[in-house]
Amino acid sequence: MTVPPITDMAPMKLVIVGHVDHGKSTLIGRMLHDTGSLPDGKMEAVKAMSDRRGMPMEWAFVLDALQAERDQGITIDTTQIFFKTPARPYVIIDAPGHKEFLKNMVSGAASADAAILVVDAKEGVQEQTRRHGYILHLLGLDQVVVAVNKMDLVDHSQARFDEVAGEVHKYLGSMGITPAAILPVSARHGDGLAVKSTNMPWFEGETLIASLDTLPPKPMPVELPLRFPVQDVYKFDERRILAGRIESGKLNVGDTLLFSPSNARAKVQSIEAWSVDGPVLSASAGQSIGITLDDQLFVERGNVASHASEPPVQTNVFRARIFWLGRAPLEVGRRYKLKLATLEHPVEVQAIERVIDVSDLSERPADRIERNEVGEVVLRARAMLSVDEFTDNPRLGRFVLIDGYDMAGGGLVSMDGFHDLRRANAPTSQNITAVETRITTDARWAANGHKSGVLWLTGLSGAGKSTLALELEQALFRKGWQVYVLDGDNIRFGLSADLGFAPEDREENIRRVGEVAALFARAGILVITAFISPYRSDRDRARAVAPDLFHEVYVNAGLAVCEERDPKGLYKKARRGEIAEFTGISAPYEAPEAPEVEVETGSLSLAQSVEQLLGYVEANFATKGS
Amino acid sequence: MNHLDSLEAQSVYILREAFNKFDRLGMLWSLGKDSNVMLWLAKKAFFGHVPFPAMFCDTGKKFPEMYAFQKEYAEKWGLNFIRRDCPPIEEIDPTLPPAARSAARKTEALKRLIAELDLQAVIAGIRRDEEATRAKERVFSPRGENAEWDFRDQPPEFWDQFKTDFAPGTHIRVHPLLHWTELDIWLYIQREGIPLVPLYFSRDGKRYRSLGDMDITNPVNSDADTVEKIIAELRATKVAERSGRAMDHEAEDAFERLRSAGYM
Repeated sequence: MTVPPITDMAPMKLVIVGHVDHGKSTLIGRMLHDTGSLPDGKMEAVKAMSDRRGMPMEWAFVLDALQAERDQGITIDTTQIFFKTPARPYVIIDAPGHKEFLKNMVSGAASADAAILVVDAKEGVQEQTRRHGYILHLLGLDQVVVAVNKMDLVDHSQARFDEVAGEVHKYLGSMGITPAAILPVSARHGDGLAVKSTNMPWFEGETLIASLDTLPPKPMPVELPLRFPVQDVYKFDERRILAGRIESGKLNVGDTLLFSPSNARAKVQSIEAWSVDGPVLSASAGQSIGITLDDQLFVERGNVASHASEPPVQTNVFRARIFWLGRAPLEVGRRYKLKLATLEHPVEVQAIERVIDVSDLSERPADRIERNEVGEVVLRARAMLSVDEFTDNPRLGRFVLIDGYDMAGGGLVSMDGFHDLRRANAPTSQNITAVETRITTDARWAANGHKSGVLWLTGLSGAGKSTLALELEQALFRKGWQVYVLDGDNIRFGLSADLGFAPEDREENIRRVGEVAALFARAGILVITAFISPYRSDRDRARAVAPDLFHEVYVNAGLAVCEERDPKGLYKKARRGEIAEFTGISAPYEAPEAPEVEVETGSLSLAQSVEQLLGYVEANFATKGS
Repeated sequence: MNHLDSLEAQSVYILREAFNKFDRLGMLWSLGKDSNVMLWLAKKAFFGHVPFPAMFCDTGKKFPEMYAFQKEYAEKWGLNFIRRDCPPIEEIDPTLPPAARSAARKTEALKRLIAELDLQAVIAGIRRDEEATRAKERVFSPRGENAEWDFRDQPPEFWDQFKTDFAPGTHIRVHPLLHWTELDIWLYIQREGIPLVPLYFSRDGKRYRSLGDMDITNPVNSDADTVEKIIAELRATKVAERSGRAMDHEAEDAFERLRSAGYM
């Protein structure tokens, strides 16, 4: 195979960062000129622009194509500029140094292969030098060449260069970045860019261009485990094609894929493509493909296919390092839309653990993260999300948060302190496959004359869950509905007879109830469960078993009312310390934040409460004529 | 994956995102090389189908070869082809320089077409390397109610997460070719065998590098009469691609003004 001419190669993506006025635009303008990459006439145009403004040759004008920019004298937005050296083509992403423009820097730097950090020899490391350095680190961009610029203004002093180089080395090193090179340049005069500087004979390293040419491009993550997030499902013709891009790893025709979060499995029957020679038998990271399966599983956008042996993490809660771009600050308790690969799901900020001051890497506690700040948070979702640790697999370990209509921040996933919940929900045995029932849920609903689902009653002991559940069951049964109550007694006597009341036993008990309730619901029955189920994560997991059928009902009477009622005398015992970890007294109750229904049994009579729930059931489960 | 494979994969990803996010979507088909590549990529993305209309705003001043090409390939490629006439020059902002004013007819026609079809988004084949203001574009680029572009306050765009949530009244331009260069386009045309309007190929020592209206587009001197020769020419040239497009050169900010007002 012949080597393609360098003009035809993929350009190396460079981002240029650094403090405002440290000379980024000048460096770029001069680099374009010195590599012979300026289109004909451009240099004359820049000269004319400079003359018109009564300035000496201003290299930064090469970039300043917009009228508005020239008026402000600063570069506004991320620009892409192409240039080439004898070794390869480059594309420069010019990231502005102005503080408000972090979003543009991120927009540029996130896709870069390498960065040039420009530092003024006179001023040394400044606030934005540190900030930009930190963002590079955060984005996982670890190939950095440092250009110590404006050496002409410090008399080409080796001592000053060594001082600034030491300062930069120390800061980048504290984040684990080892610069590929630190070199002295005078961009305005082209000193040290394409040719070695005669003004700095003491410097033995390479020129800026030569050190760029030695950097390897960012490799495609072909060797990581397969991650194929489904982007869309197409039925343009007789084929049902799952379309998407392979984010990491490889897949072959015949491979068995595991889909998350459903845990369903199917084989790749074909890799579809238009206008290619011969059948496609394999595909790897970076390719946008389409596949058909040997089994018509329910698959939708946001599901992630992997190989069964190396699946992504499943969790509804995780830690994240966030950089915030939003106009309104990120705050505890607020909800945002998370977008991770093709997955979109609402998440809530459960906690802000710390805000990091990127100018000295110090940390402080905070209850909000302001625009342009970086912090660590815990995010919680209502359903199981398929993610990876950022350090294991960046492609599924990074996400953005949407506030209203705007992309307000980016984040990196850390599972530090949280479990992968996949095992709890996935079959241990590999030799089982889902049986496709011949009777659809729709058919069962049609036969019963109503829809089925899970009404998950949660609330404090004494709030009236069981009473309400039994009344509702009776009322619906009289109307001819298929309805059944699951409560502590009938579950604890049999299915969960092996479990005690330790926290992990309670968690397992609720997991079993969630599974059983989902089976009943799929069988066409309206299930009413009556469990305190105090933890959000347990209820979220129960919801995740059958998300489309799950309805959370918050039976809310308030602690004071429940304690006064105390039908079983349990509160008294708990107050006396005779019952350990009693919900509401010595163990927390995490109230639902957005239940489908809330019944205020503290102020409503039983009849009114039943009436309210009956109304909800009629509105959501009745089919025509029922 | 080689360079062309990566470019193709990225464009396919963008087209599929647009198709997933917008029910009412259309693609601009200017009949030029870039928009042919874009249609080709749509067929790659959707496995031989183009599941949205291919729209052409007709100034009435295109070259006869372009109209002939349109007729032939709208049918061959099975396109849902929609053509609309541009409004007369008298209805366009008279303060614009003459060629820019002429080009602005297309902007006006596009605005009307968007209103007529109630489109949420339009796919356009612009590239960052074509022209300095286009270099500042986003892949998913929001426009206000009057199609205007606020280049000072663009949404962030990273990790291939595009802006897909909008206030009512916002309209989106989707740019699947933004990361391609002119040379990339020709290398891809060569690899895939994509048909083109013959005006791109040299006749009597001249060829068109960029196609617009007959009265405001000039050919360049060239003997390149095959795709291979054009590629060889582009590897060597330092002349800007749009140098033959009069509207770019009338004033320092003519093209910027056109784009801020909604030009492609």
